[in-house]
Amino acid sequence: MAEFRMPALGADMEFGTLIAWHMAVGDHVAKGDVVAEVDTDKSVIDVETFTTGTVEELLVEVGTRVPVGTPLARIREDDSAPGSAPAAGGVAPVETAAAEAPPSPPASVGAGPPGQAHHRASPLARRHAKALGVDLADVTGTGPDGAVTTADVERHAAARDAADAVPAPSEESVAPSQTVVAPSPDLARGTPEAAAAPLSGADRQAALRRAVAASMARSKREIPHYYLSSDIDMSRAVGWLTEHNVSVPVTERLLPAVLLLKATALALRESPDLNGLWEGEAFHRSDAIHLGMAVALRGGGLVAPAIHDADTRSLPELMAALRDLVARARSGRLRSSEMSDPTVTVTSLGDQGVDAVLPVIYPPQVAIVGFGRIRDRAWAVDGLLGVRPVLTASLAADHRVTDGHIGALFLTALDRLLQRPEDL
Amino acid sequence: MDDGRLRETVLRVLGEVAPEVDVSDVDPGEDLREQFDLDSMDILNLAIGLFQATGVEIPEKDYRQIVTVDGCVDYLARTAGSS
Repeated sequence: MAEFRMPALGADMEFGTLIAWHMAVGDHVAKGDVVAEVDTDKSVIDVETFTTGTVEELLVEVGTRVPVGTPLARIREDDSAPGSAPAAGGVAPVETAAAEAPPSPPASVGAGPPGQAHHRASPLARRHAKALGVDLADVTGTGPDGAVTTADVERHAAARDAADAVPAPSEESVAPSQTVVAPSPDLARGTPEAAAAPLSGADRQAALRRAVAASMARSKREIPHYYLSSDIDMSRAVGWLTEHNVSVPVTERLLPAVLLLKATALALRESPDLNGLWEGEAFHRSDAIHLGMAVALRGGGLVAPAIHDADTRSLPELMAALRDLVARARSGRLRSSEMSDPTVTVTSLGDQGVDAVLPVIYPPQVAIVGFGRIRDRAWAVDGLLGVRPVLTASLAADHRVTDGHIGALFLTALDRLLQRPEDL
Repeated sequence: MDDGRLRETVLRVLGEVAPEVDVSDVDPGEDLREQFDLDSMDILNLAIGLFQATGVEIPEKDYRQIVTVDGCVDYLARTAGSS
């Protein structure tokens, strides 16, 4: 039995309000289906399930505000043997009962998020656990004081998937009496709140501002940033783009941002230590390159949802993904995976007319790439002065993970890739 | 399409491109990018929307002529008239 829990849609989220169910008891759902809408105060997010199976029970009523991690529904996985459920099996092993016990009702004041409070883990590891459908109770922690790390979660999920079986017995030895390691006091307190009236635009704005403030303050407090920048001759890229755009219908035109995104993703393949997450006092490299795209909301504020697997997509695919993502970011229809998956962020402020950006890393990521506007500049080539469209690309990276040398290699690769736009 | 109809079309498309903006409040002579914080993605979406509504394909090099509502109406009237 899998629990569908209130997801953490961003490192700063502590509570969410269930706005709507898109599944009912008895429905069959598949991994990736949008099954609920959650109001994070900042916006309403379409939440996807990570489980394929049949909905057994909805645990939380629409309109309820609960802490991140609270079980919202129970889904019986397609491949779980009916006999393994404690009720049907008669004699349930203690471990299984512990792993699958119904959550305490959300009314238990003072308790942590049900099923989580006694297992040390970073918020990120929790998120990974949710993403992979892993119960933290089942995972052996190898982090400080036995805390469960992202790597532990992934190892556990891989082993489980390999076995294609019921969850492993719980590890009672994992920091039994400790509280969680990193989450904020509110998360640890974990008291559900009654549903409030839907937030007004101004309230939402304020919540969004607070969230940006919290994560940027954390970034500046915890991450030793270093900054690099490089001016890139964009004549070839701009020339290629102009030619492309006159040769296709208006609906298939590309924006310069798409070339920059693809080049960034490919350059990250060469500098993988810029792509991943810092958690549990260690860097965890990500094989997948999910570019968080900083999107300014017109009323003010900022979201940075992911374009998944940007390095493997063609330019037209990236353009379609970007257009779709920006539209949904602004209309408040983002999906949960887009909020929780970015492995690195790209911010482009060229449209606002600035030459260069010195960006702030979005924790727990370890790098952010910034682009200014493409502007005509005097440019010397082989001792001759000419006028070229020039772009300043910048990188802010986490000095705990990389040194300037790696950052410099990344910017050099970016430049090289943008000189061959036809290969992007 | 006369100018009134064209203007109606432009405002409708603008409303679709940027649902957050109040198109009844638009200053037809002011740059939309400054007025409503439109970016290059919005201008492209405006060009696509105008194409879908009128059949007029606005080349990239002419984008600067469609950054105001008046500019859009003039451009469409001119292009439709010449075709």
